[in-house]
Amino acid sequence: MSSAQIRIRFSKRGKIRFTSHRDVARIWERALRRAELPIAYTEGYSPRPKLSFGLALSTGYESNGEYLDVTLRQVPGDVELHELPRRLAAALPQGIEVQAVVALPAGSASLQQAVTSCTWHIEVGAVLPASVAPATAAALAAPELVVTRQRKGRNVTDDVRPAILEAELLGGTTIEAELATQPRGLRPAEFLTAVDPTWRASRVTRINQWTQVGGARREVIDLPPAATPPPHAEVRAS
Amino acid sequence: MTSVWPQLEPHLADVEKPARYIGLELGAQRPEHGPGRVSWLLTYPDTYEIGLPNQGLQILYEILNERDDAVAERAYAPWGDLDAVMRRERIPLFSVDTHRAAGDFDVLAFNLSAELTYTNLLNCVDLAGIPVRAAERRPEHPLVAAGGHCTYNPEPLADFLDFVVIGDGEEVVSEITAVLADWKASGRTAGSRTAALRELARVEGVYVPSMYEVHYDGPAIREIRPRHPDVPERVEKRTIADLAAWPYPRHQLVPLTEVVHDRLNVEVFRGCTRGCRFCQAGMITRPVRERPAEQVRTMVSEGLRRTGYDEVALTSLSTADFSGIESVVQGIVDDPSACGRVSVSLPSLRVDAFTVGIAAQIQKARRTGLTFAPEAGTWRMRQIINKLIREEDLYGAVTSAFSQGWRRIKLYFLTGLPSETDEDTLGIHELARNCVEIGRSYTKGVSVKASVGGFVPKPFTPFQWFGQNTVDELYRKIGLLRDATRRTKGLQLTWHDPRATLVEGLASRGDRRLGPVIEQVWRRGGTFQEWSEHFRLDLWLEAMADHGLDLDWYVYRHRTEAEVLPWDHISAGLHKDFLWQDWQDALAEVGLPDCRWTPCYDCGACTGYGIEHVVASAVAPAGGSQGTGQDLSTGDLCGTSVPVELRSPRKPVGALP
Repeated sequence: MSSAQIRIRFSKRGKIRFTSHRDVARIWERALRRAELPIAYTEGYSPRPKLSFGLALSTGYESNGEYLDVTLRQVPGDVELHELPRRLAAALPQGIEVQAVVALPAGSASLQQAVTSCTWHIEVGAVLPASVAPATAAALAAPELVVTRQRKGRNVTDDVRPAILEAELLGGTTIEAELATQPRGLRPAEFLTAVDPTWRASRVTRINQWTQVGGARREVIDLPPAATPPPHAEVRAS
Repeated sequence: MTSVWPQLEPHLADVEKPARYIGLELGAQRPEHGPGRVSWLLTYPDTYEIGLPNQGLQILYEILNERDDAVAERAYAPWGDLDAVMRRERIPLFSVDTHRAAGDFDVLAFNLSAELTYTNLLNCVDLAGIPVRAAERRPEHPLVAAGGHCTYNPEPLADFLDFVVIGDGEEVVSEITAVLADWKASGRTAGSRTAALRELARVEGVYVPSMYEVHYDGPAIREIRPRHPDVPERVEKRTIADLAAWPYPRHQLVPLTEVVHDRLNVEVFRGCTRGCRFCQAGMITRPVRERPAEQVRTMVSEGLRRTGYDEVALTSLSTADFSGIESVVQGIVDDPSACGRVSVSLPSLRVDAFTVGIAAQIQKARRTGLTFAPEAGTWRMRQIINKLIREEDLYGAVTSAFSQGWRRIKLYFLTGLPSETDEDTLGIHELARNCVEIGRSYTKGVSVKASVGGFVPKPFTPFQWFGQNTVDELYRKIGLLRDATRRTKGLQLTWHDPRATLVEGLASRGDRRLGPVIEQVWRRGGTFQEWSEHFRLDLWLEAMADHGLDLDWYVYRHRTEAEVLPWDHISAGLHKDFLWQDWQDALAEVGLPDCRWTPCYDCGACTGYGIEHVVASAVAPAGGSQGTGQDLSTGDLCGTSVPVELRSPRKPVGALP
């Protein structure tokens, strides 16, 4: 029996955003069993389904582009792949929607390796809208942005400016920012602190996860044409 | 009728585990409210993680939502961080289904499974914006109700509850709904509220505390009597005769976040006739009513397919006693659609090799730990509590477990049992140490964990007259065991906090005079008392003293036969003289075998309600000595014969099926 990997792109929106990364993993395990997919299991003492999630999304954040790799016991046909989003939709809770499923070529990089940056919509809470754009521009203009963070109980000071690939005001107090995930990843909350230590995010949405193909930025999975892209995503994705 | 979600949402990012407040579980109903539907908010007075799996609540949730005159949603106690936010922001207690304010429902119905949640009940009522005392509620307030095992002695909560359900809720919720429909249709006036309560008091299984008055003689109760001629003197519990008619929950809730018992749960029977004298659940849920094996199989296979769970628990008070256990378990394990990845758990394992055999059959891969409950350390003590396990049963079970690959064994014990001597207490160490010894010959990494709980005498058990051990005495006994186990490698001792045991004992057998005590503990911040980090004995002691009540009277004192007990106006179907006789037999160290396969003792549970044990198998399950009436002549392994007197039936009735 030959196994095969599929990669699923899904969104996480609404009330369900208050579930944790671990919760989402458990939700998927059960949904895949409910959808009666032939999932492959690990060998050994306590067999677990072979699922691999990408970068964790903080509890409370929404996302338009989350990814999950699933190892199946058999290679799915094209028709079956097409049917999967519908089959999974019936098995998933409200707020998690499958956007695309693709077969993963053997030897593909893992999600953790493949993703190099993410685009975020970060709404800053309790600030004057007029102050957001200048502060963001000032941060981008700075040669370096040194922040001190707690890492494993120790204070680590480093320059996070290289991890900010783009940032601009989208409207209101919402910033659209592209932040690197490697070599040094920057989280939305850390980004805000770097721009202004008094800022706090009131709502955060992951819009895209990007990978590098031949020096160009690309979506990890292209959305099928039928799917409605989220606002502002079409500009970035082209 | 608006949702509190918009007010709640901005704060959820700031509280621990916000997923417990969002609902959206698989199996969640889509409640449709309307003027013709009585709305129930089924509330568990502890956290979501503890409350969500509660089967009683889930069963009623479905039954009510299937009716066209009712609608039900669920609520759980918010954790302290959200509680503070809710009070600051004036957000009321809400349902997780549609985030509707609790005050918008007709009934707030609580499940009471543990005494230490009583203060949480008050907190939830208060968060709902409802006066905690029933007497202070106005017509616009919902009715506050409770059901569950603790309500067999509802008296400590009498001041706070408008009505109480005693026994199985499956049928009676519909009868209550019918009464409340009239109240709701009347526009919930003051007059119709009183009339509805009066009417409820006449529904079998429903107790309306305000319809009864208690007369005292000093600290003693002289009499408890109904205020009106049409209100029954005694409230009989409700019992559903046929579990097969109630295959609920049909759509067990699958939570989005971690909860306890996070697996498919299928109840295989209700009731127990083992007759363990300390066990309230076994006494009050009689008679035994088995679910047909075929229905269990269907509920398991459909449940697994629908939920996506990879674990199923076959629940009951002693699952190895289920007539169809072997075939049901084999069927689950062999089911091709499960791909061999479904694990079965059997809570409440019996102590014998047969049981281990079943466990081996199902736990092919993960042989991590097995739990047994010998409950007491010596055969003398086990006769007193009527847990008739011989040492050789335990050693046989343990040998069987270690030889089949298990390495960790957990043993449950009680201390502070009637007439317990230090020798009995230390017998716990003796048994556990012997289990370690047995394990050594099979594995190097043997681990035996002995868990010791202080015994709390419960209403409607033969031990309801027994004076509970003091906190100091329980500490002393635990100290004895701790000193003894310290020297035994591979044996670990854990124990329940004797101070919490004290408060459980207080609430368990308390009367109406405890109401102000519970209220004061709650007002001074004593919520989540079953969580050790929040438990505050000082608040309880202070409240008892402030109200001139004596711990000795309520907890430590032995009761006499003639005494009026606070729950004498409630009936669990058991004859009081049966319980008293069983208490006398306990003190005489006389065991009483299981009545499923021996003649009837006329405890009252079957005869009173015209129901008989519904057991598929006419013969006792194989293996072991427990209650099967076979070979109870020896109590120990060494061949020393300890005679066991078995009581002959007092009042034989016709042959049982």
